[in-house]
Amino acid sequence: MMDGNFNDAQTGEQRIRNFNINFGPQHPAAHGVLRLVLELDGEIVERCDPHVGLLHRGTEKLMESRTYLQNLPYFDRLDYVAPMNQEHAWCLAIEKLTGVEVPRRASLIRVLFCEIGRILNHLMNVTTQAMDVGALTPPLWGFEEREKLMIFYERASGARLHAAYFRPGGVHQDLPQDLIDDIMQWTMEFPDVLADIDGLLTENRIFKQRNVDIAVITEQEALDWGFSGVMVRGSGMAWDLRRAQPYECYNEFEFDIPVGKNGDCYDRYLCRMQEMRESIKIIQQCIQKLDESTGDVLARGKLTPPARGDMKTSMEALIHHFKLYTEGFKVPEGEVYAAVEAPKGEFGVYLVSDGSNKPYKSKIRAPGYPHLAAMDHISKGHQLADVAAIIGTLDIVFGEIDR
Amino acid sequence: MGFFETNLGIFVTILAQCLAVIGFLLVCAMFLVYGDRKIWGAVQLRRGPNVVGPWGLFQLIADFLKYLVKEVVIPAGADKTVFLLAPMIAFVLPVVIWAVIPFNETWIVSDLNIAILYIFAIGSLEVYGVIMGGWASNSKYPFLGSLRSAAQMISYEVSIGFIIVGIIISTGSLSLVDIVKAQDGNYGALSWYWLPHFPMVFLFFISALAETNRPPFDLPEAESELVAGYQVEYSSTPFLLFMIGEYLAIWLMCALTSLFFFGGWLSPIPGLPDGPLWLIGKMAFFFFMFAMVKAITPRYRYDQLMRLGWKVFLPMSLAWVVIVAFFAQFGAFGGAYARWAVGG
Repeated sequence: MMDGNFNDAQTGEQRIRNFNINFGPQHPAAHGVLRLVLELDGEIVERCDPHVGLLHRGTEKLMESRTYLQNLPYFDRLDYVAPMNQEHAWCLAIEKLTGVEVPRRASLIRVLFCEIGRILNHLMNVTTQAMDVGALTPPLWGFEEREKLMIFYERASGARLHAAYFRPGGVHQDLPQDLIDDIMQWTMEFPDVLADIDGLLTENRIFKQRNVDIAVITEQEALDWGFSGVMVRGSGMAWDLRRAQPYECYNEFEFDIPVGKNGDCYDRYLCRMQEMRESIKIIQQCIQKLDESTGDVLARGKLTPPARGDMKTSMEALIHHFKLYTEGFKVPEGEVYAAVEAPKGEFGVYLVSDGSNKPYKSKIRAPGYPHLAAMDHISKGHQLADVAAIIGTLDIVFGEIDR
Repeated sequence: MGFFETNLGIFVTILAQCLAVIGFLLVCAMFLVYGDRKIWGAVQLRRGPNVVGPWGLFQLIADFLKYLVKEVVIPAGADKTVFLLAPMIAFVLPVVIWAVIPFNETWIVSDLNIAILYIFAIGSLEVYGVIMGGWASNSKYPFLGSLRSAAQMISYEVSIGFIIVGIIISTGSLSLVDIVKAQDGNYGALSWYWLPHFPMVFLFFISALAETNRPPFDLPEAESELVAGYQVEYSSTPFLLFMIGEYLAIWLMCALTSLFFFGGWLSPIPGLPDGPLWLIGKMAFFFFMFAMVKAITPRYRYDQLMRLGWKVFLPMSLAWVVIVAFFAQFGAFGGAYARWAVGG
């Protein structure tokens, strides 16, 4: 039980040292490569020191030496649980700087897939939180549905995970009608699955005992620590960027923003469950609107490739295509902050352009990072077993925290 | 005087009986693990083991061989003797208890008249396997796991004890054979102890979960907190021994539930012949319940587990002992609580 040399065990009076353990990076509940150094007094956490950086890839630096379009796939690799939501922020930043107008159909498709991403994320989070408190069945039920959603990803973009589907100026390809029909079909079936998970967890006494009053976050604390997303909504603040500063065409949609009351793990769990139901509503509205709006899915111009047919007949189109995929497009000088309500919270990109074809600097604001920073504050005084529940409720994915 | 009356003959008979029981147990353990995984898989919309052999039945044999041939890794800082002794204890003790478990009125290795005391004596020792394993690993997670298990297994043994005291008062005997005989009546399943001792059936089942470290009480090996608790440093055969010991302890708890509350080998329908198959059927049913509980419940936290054990189960079972004593003394409910005449 020794941490190296310790000679303070019995010098004069008996001194008692706290028990230090490494929680992770290879720990089943560490959600990736989180390393927490825990100081325990018995089972009570005295200090919780999160160590990050084990998945650091230098994304922000790498982005400075790649064109805007080449940088897009990096965003899939941040929060790999809901990839398209991140791409969205990047596209919005570029569109803000260049002033490109996204065609309506593309805008609707973006909303559709952002909400699919939200469900992907919340399914993962809710069920793995159940796993963190010991219920091993919900993840497998949830992953069954995630699998279907990933197939929608694949049918739209060709990739299950790293889609690279949202492009500056629209989306890469139009959706085939049968895919839209299948998504509609799925939204009819999914509430039943959600009800099953709900039945297994929501009123489960052990699940409640493990989550109610754990990691209570007051409104003030949520503000002080820079929380966003469900972490503030669980504490009772109806702050949702989709409503607070609408982007894309979110202001056309009818949906509610669920808020919690007590700011504990259980309220956040309930928020996430409800948000999935709201997302279903948005998806259904989206599909109805898609039926009415036909047209291009890319704002044809400097940012986007020409239509396939044009390239066969027009020399200018061919040159444009070649230049776009070699040199890339240039973004006017300036700086911009674009944020989206990613499933985990406010995901933002701060982009500085020097007018060239590569970003001068881009800073990514990952919602998980401030959440994890509060880990010590939240988990102090809780039991070791609660640490797992807290990691679950913070909704941590290391792709975005370490970048 | 035949061969089986000589000293050597008696020795050979007992040895053969022991081997028969152990053989039965090992075969059972194999099917239990298989059943556990299949049930668990079905709940989780998976197939469970289905590749090795027909319906995946040979999966466990393959696993067994793998455990045997793998290298035994002993951590550098471990206390080697205790480290290896722990899994042996964890394996041997659950096997030893089966000596007093009757499969039929006469199918029993040793019909002790103090069988329950024996079960308690050996059962209490089982915690040593876990404590020693966790301590000797000289590693932090196993250490925490073994500390938890020490408190947990002892807490729930207390309430199990009181529940059984109620049964003993009703029967007037400590012999398992007598306890089952006392449940024999004209009404088949309705004569068994589950009816008069109704609330205790649940308490006993839940305590049995805690006693065998099964979810929702699997704190000593809590995956999401302690990785695998006291088993973290174990590999190959020592790990296998832990695992078989665990399943045999569960199987034992299934047997005890059947014997105490559900009439052991007695037939539930009057008129049908009694026999050991009934007992095994009942045990299999309770094992199914064990597996289902594992599949659907989250895990208690340490303080909640203690609270449940000491503040809920202990007072309830203690009160029940007093109530049963009164009922038995004054022959309430047509003597349902006082079956001394049949019991002994």
